[in-house]
Amino acid sequence: MSRGAAMLIMGVFTLYFLTPIWWLLVSSSKTGGDITGTAPLWFTADSFPTFFANLGNLFTYSDGVFGRWLANSALYAGLGALVGTVIAAMCGYALAKYEFRGREAIFNVVLSGVLVPATALALPLFLIFSQVKLTNTLWAVFLPSLVSPFGVYLARIYAAASVPTELLEAARLDGSSEARTFFTVSTRLMAPALVTIFLFQFVAIWNNFFLPLIMLRDQALFPVTLGLYAWNSQISQIPELRVLVIVGALVSILPLIATFLGLQRFWSSGLGAGSVK
Amino acid sequence: MRVRYGKATAAFAIVSALSLAGCSSGESTSATQDTNSCKPSSGPVELSFTTWVPGMDKVVDLWNKDHPDIKVKVQTGPNGNSGTYQNFFNQLQAGNAPDLGQIEYDALPNFRVQDGLENLAACEGVADAKDKFVDWTWGQVTFGEDKSVYAIPQDSGPMAMFYRADLFKEAGIKVPTTWDEYAAAAEQIKARGSYITNFPRSDVNWFAGNVWQAGGQWFSNANDKWEVNLTGKESEKVANYWQKLLDKGQVSTLPSFSDEWNASFNKGQQWTWVSAVWGASTLASGAPDTAGKWAVAPMPQWEAGGKAAGNWGGSSTAVLKGSKHPHEASKFALWLNTDPEALALANKLGGLYPAAKSAKDLDAFSGGVDYFGGQKIYDVFAEASSNVNPNFTWGPTMTKTYTDVSDGFGKATGGSGTLLDALSNGQKKTIEALKSQSIPVKE
Repeated sequence: MSRGAAMLIMGVFTLYFLTPIWWLLVSSSKTGGDITGTAPLWFTADSFPTFFANLGNLFTYSDGVFGRWLANSALYAGLGALVGTVIAAMCGYALAKYEFRGREAIFNVVLSGVLVPATALALPLFLIFSQVKLTNTLWAVFLPSLVSPFGVYLARIYAAASVPTELLEAARLDGSSEARTFFTVSTRLMAPALVTIFLFQFVAIWNNFFLPLIMLRDQALFPVTLGLYAWNSQISQIPELRVLVIVGALVSILPLIATFLGLQRFWSSGLGAGSVK
Repeated sequence: MRVRYGKATAAFAIVSALSLAGCSSGESTSATQDTNSCKPSSGPVELSFTTWVPGMDKVVDLWNKDHPDIKVKVQTGPNGNSGTYQNFFNQLQAGNAPDLGQIEYDALPNFRVQDGLENLAACEGVADAKDKFVDWTWGQVTFGEDKSVYAIPQDSGPMAMFYRADLFKEAGIKVPTTWDEYAAAAEQIKARGSYITNFPRSDVNWFAGNVWQAGGQWFSNANDKWEVNLTGKESEKVANYWQKLLDKGQVSTLPSFSDEWNASFNKGQQWTWVSAVWGASTLASGAPDTAGKWAVAPMPQWEAGGKAAGNWGGSSTAVLKGSKHPHEASKFALWLNTDPEALALANKLGGLYPAAKSAKDLDAFSGGVDYFGGQKIYDVFAEASSNVNPNFTWGPTMTKTYTDVSDGFGKATGGSGTLLDALSNGQKKTIEALKSQSIPVKE
């Protein structure tokens, strides 16, 4: 395929994927009436002040519950992904670097976890959490978020490829404990993989919707996805929520974009590493 | 509260079908009547109440201020069919359901059949409250049984016709009072390049409201057996009527409540909307440019001089099975749905049109509405409310029925199949769904 044709296809798809975001941005700067009444992909004359008015409404509506949702999402996704990454890294590292009975069996079980959709597990999780009276608490969303079978898989593959066994032996000879070796030596070598795992987990938890929907009743605990969904389901009663849902959706993707751009450097270097040996 | 559903609910429908099948097996559909269980608790109690009506927490604050011994805690979630019902069923199964929950009328039979509701008939003041509520709403919560009250009516959706008074006048077309006139007007309006209305292909409960008006009955429950009748002669009449308008292209088929749909109202491409009382705010916000040009008239009638009205939406406050304090819960539910201050606030913050007869005395519903040229539109709806057939029964698997019929409606509006086909397919699938949940069906 010629270079021109390739660029054309790329351009078309870029446009295809960016149009909804563009629409979101444009619509965020309109009043409820203008959304239906004006050109969907272009701004109105007073877009700028309207956008900030909408933002203001978003963060003050219903005692500022939206800010609370954002903070919840940041907590669930940020801390959840961080702890989840550490667990996945330790697990994957252990599977890659230690020989013990049942190693492959454990790995296969973890791997099969990748195949089970999170949605299918939500209901059983609800029944289990009900037994221990943890539903409608932040633990109900936080604890399941710590589990990342895909992260374990990635960590194992990466640790096997990038952490030389000789180095570990040298560390042992120097008297370093296994834990210390892991945290000071191995994690640095695995850094690109860890960033990738973190990003995957962060996005997965940020976008997770079904689990909070089933677990949470208290509006103050909602993540931003569930909160927006709840608002959206009430548009026919409270039509002014339409604007807030649109602006809220725009605001809610900003942390994702920021995280991606911020970690891109580490992430893209990790993708290529180990591909050519 | 109106029922909305879409693609998201398809997933819930599957999950719910599975989990319902699981918890219904072995349970009798005739719920046990323990009429002595409604006694006051000793000491202060705390009740949990799940609702999705915006601002309900503020209404409950009013109650909490005056009732320190019966504290109510509000939990909010998405609209019923968007997840809250499924949550209720999950919680019932796990044994930690809230004391009170908002449940729409068309979902109540499902909870009843799954034994998810407390019978409040023996609770103090409940049976006597009958006269405070519009007759048909009371029928919805008692299922027409003696000594049974499974919820307290909350809001309702009596139907009437919103129409563009200015356009009708300008064009010299008579505002239709019968469905025949409506069809004639549709033709004239089409000739002018507009539509008389939009056929809402996925709002099957809107269609049911029309069948309700025509005197039809989709479900009935006799001798503990459900009879399904989606294709009775009234349904057939309504289906054939709209089929004709669809075939002639005299109604549009935009997805309801979408941006295009709003825009078509805003640009004057839709001349009428036969809808429920809550539609007033939908119109006002979706079509702001047409303010002052609308008016409200009773629904067109099948027979000249008739007064029948349909209903679209409405919900109740139910006490869910397993509540330890049904006495206090029913006391709160009665207050919530009859206290003038509570009703006024619920209308202001949540847009509810109360099921209580006293609604017409509330300030919110007594004055003229600017958007409708100053017309006192709530008088029309109050009248409609009293003309809704009190004996309409919903089935126990409405979500599934709605999905099946709306699939067929989608095909019909796309030109393959008819509305009647959709109904008979819905009939077949509904009977299958009932059987798969071991609910006895009469065939």
